Amino acid sequence: MTGFGSFVAASAASGMLVVQPRMGMGDPARMRKGLLATRSAAATTVGTITLDSYTRLGETGAARRALTAGEELNGYPITVHPPGTTRGMLAGVMDDGFPVQVRHGSALPEAIFALLPALGLHASEGGPVSYCLPYSRTPLREAVRSWRRCCELLVAARDGSRAAAEPHMETFGGCMLGQLCPPGLLVAISVLEALFFRQAGLRCLSLSYAQQANAGQDAEALAALGRLAGELLTGTDWHIVLYAYMGVFPQSPGGAQLLLDEAARLAVRSGAARLVVKTTSEAHRIPTVAENVLALETAAAVADHERRAPPGGRATADTGVYAEARALVDAVLGLSPDVGEALVAAFAKGYLDIPYCLHPDNAGRTGSRLDADGRLHWSSVGSMPIRPEPAGRGTSIGSAELLDALSYVRRTFDERAFDLSAVSRPPFRGFGEPPSRVPLPDNQQDGAPLP
Amino acid sequence: MPMGISARAGRDIVVSGTLSDAHTWNLVFLELLLRERGHRVTNLGSCVPDALLVAECRRRRPDLVVVSSVNGHGFQDGRRMISEIRGCVDLERTPVVIGGKLGIGGADDGSRETILRAAGFNRVFEEGATGLPEFLDYLESLESEVLL
Ligand code: B12
Repeated sequence: MTGFGSFVAASAASGMLVVQPRMGMGDPARMRKGLLATRSAAATTVGTITLDSYTRLGETGAARRALTAGEELNGYPITVHPPGTTRGMLAGVMDDGFPVQVRHGSALPEAIFALLPALGLHASEGGPVSYCLPYSRTPLREAVRSWRRCCELLVAARDGSRAAAEPHMETFGGCMLGQLCPPGLLVAISVLEALFFRQAGLRCLSLSYAQQANAGQDAEALAALGRLAGELLTGTDWHIVLYAYMGVFPQSPGGAQLLLDEAARLAVRSGAARLVVKTTSEAHRIPTVAENVLALETAAAVADHERRAPPGGRATADTGVYAEARALVDAVLGLSPDVGEALVAAFAKGYLDIPYCLHPDNAGRTGSRLDADGRLHWSSVGSMPIRPEPAGRGTSIGSAELLDALSYVRRTFDERAFDLSAVSRPPFRGFGEPPSRVPLPDNQQDGAPLP
Repeated sequence: MPMGISARAGRDIVVSGTLSDAHTWNLVFLELLLRERGHRVTNLGSCVPDALLVAECRRRRPDLVVVSSVNGHGFQDGRRMISEIRGCVDLERTPVVIGGKLGIGGADDGSRETILRAAGFNRVFEEGATGLPEFLDYLESLESEVLL
């Protein structure tokens, strides 16, 4: 068996954390350079083609107009470039030793999935919930239908050819809205989407979880995710993928780097097989290739260091993440033998309810808060079948309070970076001005090594 | 209460994302900010097709339309959106502003703002250039304007 999943499994077996960028450019030549730079980075890497926002929404006309007018796209318009162009872009880059995943954030991705087999691509990510609620106004029921057909397309490609690689699908459910979603719900949605994929015939999966604001809580959540996957995903090959923080990022390069370092350590300690990195320009703009390579290489170095470190003393405390996730999963699965139907019913009943999510199919009766240590708590559980927290105070929150919670991680890591460099730096005056435009000259942007 | 801002100047405001932009924290934040200042807010959410925005504006006749985009396509989506709005006689003079992160390469050097204003936006509040303080000043000027 070849493919994305087996590459990650083989790397894990030899003790290597696979690191992966979030990368996508409108221009095929630049996309190719980005993939080549990822491939040759000093790290165990897999490649990423991130699609642009127009392609994600099926607005190919707008994507084509932008390309023709030479305007900037925030990703690769895979349905606009002719298939031959994409095959050429990948030729000599993608192979068994360097699998490439398509990441897209599309609620109705049939046009995208229909293309993948002919392009030699077999790995993607998302899910009917995680690519619908945070990414579209599409009714959840339609997204479920579309995602089921997409899984069928991948399965048909696999079963139709002996040479086909085993299709790989990753859940994005561990990442809902990027921030301020308590981990029990993230773990539950990640597992439920994996069960949806399995029911649709896929057998090589990964389950995502995004770093939140407290390393101890994250370690507990990753352990809960692994335990639930082990209990429920029988008959599949799966691994866990950790995302470096997906919320408001530190503004200083030092703060961003410290946050990325923490993600790499968390991945190793918690047994994740793959880490999706961010870069030091996350808070400001789309990163350059060089910044991505630097993020991959530093993450690999930190992971390597962590692996050699003596096993840490602190055991992961059980604050109830597993129990909460298990209760949510069981309640949802009890609604229908069909996982897709169960998910639709669960949102309609408010059994699953994402805090701060504006999508019309989300009940919007839950609220969350961060405590002084960055741990996420429910301030209101709405109709979810879990225990309300004693300190719950409802869902109402002011704009300043919201910004404060959204900026907790940014603030913490920017301050930490400042403290570390306080001796050698002029007094702290805040991070008022973000760095100016792309700071690297053109040749470096396209992946030349950093000085 | 200082001059009873909310009673005197509460306005009908439409907050909207753009066609291609899925981000919503920006929209949630802006809605809260405007409500706290006593305005009545309709939040259209993310991924808003141009036609939906125009239809909602024609129906509601808002005193202000606040467009927010951070995904890097705001410069393109914004120009298309404003030409649809200005192309509609009912909405020729409705105040419409845009803000966020409008390109993919970092802060604006002023050229995006010039083009967006020429295309019909009343004001442009891009992160790193003109930000929230300027927006609040602008709101205040609207708040104190006497509605005819
Ligand atoms: C959370 C997040 C997400 C979540 C969003 C969940 C959701 N439903 O909202 C998820 C994971 C789903 C996501 C997806 C994507 N994201 Co995103 N995301 C972020 C992130 C990390 C934080 C944004 C946030 O929550 N901010 C909090 C809110 C309150 O603040 P804000 O949005 O920054 O807005 C502030 C100001 O700009 C201002 N403001 C905003 N609008 C307006 C309007 C007016 C009138 C005024 C006055 C002020 C104003 O007010 C706010 C408070 O100061 C940012 C990076 C960062 N900032 O750290 C990237 C970021 C915005 N995402 C980005 C991108 C590109 C995407 C994707 C296209 C995927 C990709 N290619 O990486 C998709 C979107 C798909 C689509 N169709 O658009 C880029 C945009 C690049 C750019 N502009 O140069 C960023 C900057 C990351 C990066 N460096 O690449 N994302």
